[in-house]
Amino acid sequence: MRITMTVDGTKYTDDVEPRMLLVHYLRERLGKTGTVVGCDTSNCGACTVHLDGHSVKSCSVLAVQADGCEVTTIEGLARDGRLHPVQQAFHDNHALQCGFCTPGMIMQAVDLLADNPDPDEQAVRQGLEGNLCRCTGYQNIVRAVRDAAQKMSPGAGPEAEQVADETAEATKLSRAEVQS
Amino acid sequence: MTSTAEPEVGRARLRKEDARLITGRTRWTDNMVLPGMLHMALLRSPMAHARITKIDTTAAREMPGVIAVVTGQDLAEEQGSLPCAWPITEDMKAPDAPAMAVEQVNFAGEAVAAVIARSKAEADDALESIDIDYDELPVVLDMAAAIADGADLVHENLGTNRCATWVYDSAEAGSGGAIDDAIAGAEVVVERTYRQQRLIPAFMEPRSMLVDPTGDQITMWSATQIPHILRWMTAAVTGVPESKIRVIAPDVGGGFGGKLQVTPEEIITFLMAKRLGKPVKYTESRSESLASAHHGRDQIQKLTLAADRDGTLRGLKVELLADMGAYLRLVSPGVPILGAFMFNAIYKMDAYKFVCTNVFTNKTPTDAYRGAGRPEATFGIERMMDELAAELSMDPMELRRKNWITHDEFPFTTVAGLTYDSGDYESATDKAMETFGYDALRAEQQERRDRNDAIQLGIGISTYTEMCGLAPSRVLGALRYAAGGWEHAAIRMLPTGKVELVTGTSPHGQGHETAWSQIVADQLGVPFEDVEVLHGDTQSSVRGMDSYGSRSLAVGGTAIVLAAQRVLAKARKVAAHMMECAEDDVDFTPGTFSVKGTDRGVALADVVVHAHVAHDLPDGVEATLDSDATFDPENFSFPHGTHLCAAEVDTETGRVRLRSYVCVDDVGKAVNPMIVEGQVHGGIAQGVAQALFEEAVHDESGTLTTGTLADYLVPSAADLPSFDTSRTETPATTNPLGVKGVGEAGTIASTPAVVNAIVDALRHRGVNDVEMPCTPMRVWSAIQAGGAR
Repeated sequence: MRITMTVDGTKYTDDVEPRMLLVHYLRERLGKTGTVVGCDTSNCGACTVHLDGHSVKSCSVLAVQADGCEVTTIEGLARDGRLHPVQQAFHDNHALQCGFCTPGMIMQAVDLLADNPDPDEQAVRQGLEGNLCRCTGYQNIVRAVRDAAQKMSPGAGPEAEQVADETAEATKLSRAEVQS
Repeated sequence: MTSTAEPEVGRARLRKEDARLITGRTRWTDNMVLPGMLHMALLRSPMAHARITKIDTTAAREMPGVIAVVTGQDLAEEQGSLPCAWPITEDMKAPDAPAMAVEQVNFAGEAVAAVIARSKAEADDALESIDIDYDELPVVLDMAAAIADGADLVHENLGTNRCATWVYDSAEAGSGGAIDDAIAGAEVVVERTYRQQRLIPAFMEPRSMLVDPTGDQITMWSATQIPHILRWMTAAVTGVPESKIRVIAPDVGGGFGGKLQVTPEEIITFLMAKRLGKPVKYTESRSESLASAHHGRDQIQKLTLAADRDGTLRGLKVELLADMGAYLRLVSPGVPILGAFMFNAIYKMDAYKFVCTNVFTNKTPTDAYRGAGRPEATFGIERMMDELAAELSMDPMELRRKNWITHDEFPFTTVAGLTYDSGDYESATDKAMETFGYDALRAEQQERRDRNDAIQLGIGISTYTEMCGLAPSRVLGALRYAAGGWEHAAIRMLPTGKVELVTGTSPHGQGHETAWSQIVADQLGVPFEDVEVLHGDTQSSVRGMDSYGSRSLAVGGTAIVLAAQRVLAKARKVAAHMMECAEDDVDFTPGTFSVKGTDRGVALADVVVHAHVAHDLPDGVEATLDSDATFDPENFSFPHGTHLCAAEVDTETGRVRLRSYVCVDDVGKAVNPMIVEGQVHGGIAQGVAQALFEEAVHDESGTLTTGTLADYLVPSAADLPSFDTSRTETPATTNPLGVKGVGEAGTIASTPAVVNAIVDALRHRGVNDVEMPCTPMRVWSAIQAGGAR
């Protein structure tokens, strides 16, 4: 099947097998190896990317489902050579050790902050529940997300990354229409 | 180069590694793509114990994209036997360990066939077309049953499921008295049996390997902790000369001992690439990883602790059964032995005896997992100290204080024969008790008991030590370990003023690039930013013993100091020549040489260039300042600390909530306190996970029923609290940095702290144990049983 999607600001058109997962499309066809695979049951969240501004586990989305969508990966988060505040906060707060979960964790944290610009500790912990880290015990990740929230507020938040809900809904609708 | 005013060591430097990791510019093995690269998929046995009666690969070979299909029979001539480097006794029984099963499978998940295809999807597809029949054999799962008379055998040809029995007896070793006398003469004897459940390391990056046979050398990239050992062992197993093998560990996503292994997958991938003449990549799925990468722990501990009525310890007897699983992997048999010297922990006692029997079962092989032997030992003794305190109606901390080695008694030779160089258990404990609010929590506990509150409060204590910095080579030799425990470092002084530090350690999350840069910066007086740390490639890092056992800093860090001293010794000669003075008249302050008592000086950077161009060197001095060194420690290092946990137990549901967790660790000098804190956080989380969540469970057929991350409960952020961590700093006396290591401390300390808290909450209800993991069901059942167990 032929699909077209914009990934990290660049538009790609490719023929893919219908069974190809979005994460495999990103890694194997586009070389977006910053996004990684940590499990086969969608538990670990390492493959989290943004699909039309919302976090998804890219192992749970078929590439063809992302046809016509805008995808942002960890590789597209920094803008104009400047780290996204969440990336910076992960560095500043030692929120990573081996770094394998980090791309997914950062992408999920950006989405979390879009929904809740000033989460308390428990809200961060709940919001990152679908992303596993084996190194950090999460404490510095929680600290980093709250630190990023402080640095991003007010108004400096992930809006740049976030497509308004209406737009996202509209995109889904149009895709549904195309499929039917 | 300029001298840095503030010492780098001790600073919470942000990590150099982060830049690539937070932007996705990473080099995980699975990211690598080479021209002509083929993909491998493995068929794994669903049976735990069976004879292979038929394998037909005809149909699979015809599948699209398939290049080759091989079975164990096809590899039998080349695959050799996977190495076990730690034959703990002379008469240890070791089964043949083929990378791919040939006639018989001995655990569910063992590889039985491989497909190599042009894409991973095509390889996976073809697996389904392999026709294989098994003849089931009786499954051996329970350790006690496995060593009973007439038991079914995992390996028929060994004639027994007993692998080896290893004994330490303080009376025989001369480090203490006879345990039977100590027990007979004691006023109080407490006997308990604990189970260390089977765990899975569950590093986040699945194992992955890529072998490129093109060119004169065979290059293997692998997500491994041990590139140097892997190179050595791959040569030993396959017969390919070591000089023809290069191993690279690029970015590696966690290990925790789980990647301290020479795996069947690495050998199979290596052999297939060599056979086909094309690069072959294999990356496991998470389900494959959980079933086939080595597991950890899995012991039954029978413990007998003898004491006087006043709490003075007399002796400890430890009788262990340790599950090896179906095969002996790299250090499987030695893991429980690493605990043999730690059950006595920080306490003084007259006599000690340790007897461990290693047992074969039809389960995934066990091997190192964070702490390896020491968490088991610490759990055993710290649980027993609480049980003894209860028996004596004594405060558990008072009992510990009464028996621990005091700070003025170091160096102290323990009843297990080790000499602890330093420690200050009093200071760490006092600090932790104050932060924790021990007395107030005890008061609240009493108050909740008095009003029979549904939520009961428990306080758990763990005053631990561990042996780290593995290890003095002569000790390893005495323990029959096949390798040494030294580490290597090389420093290259580049003519442009930059410095390359080549280390034999192999980081996979520990931040060596940052911490090692700090050490080099201080030693030489060069900027932190100017140091580049090279590691994990046997072609650049030519010697090394890799990273495990909290050894990298204590051993590898010391090698860096020694190499830097050699750079400076050489530089001093060149500087003296440049300044036309005697070598004895040269002073060095970081970054600069000067003539004593004058203002004449020369920057290290200029000396580097002078030595590099070599136009005018003193007689007998070779070009460049590059130097290297190996360090072999004279002793282990002994981090210690006090961990305190307050747990709320809902007596109606059995649910446990960790209310507060305070720890004070003493890991000696902290090179980078930020990294140290991160290691402690992560370590505690893994120890808490053992106490509350994780267990590798097999059903009666030997199938792993916790075979996905939906079933094997690696905790999420929502499952854990924040930990209050701090440090005391009692320098190790056995290395120039005064460091002890921190990789395993949190994991070793936290498990008994949590379980002690749970039991403490329920002791007045007649509970004296809850088996791990302390799930709501187990806790609730223990309450119902009211201590009848």
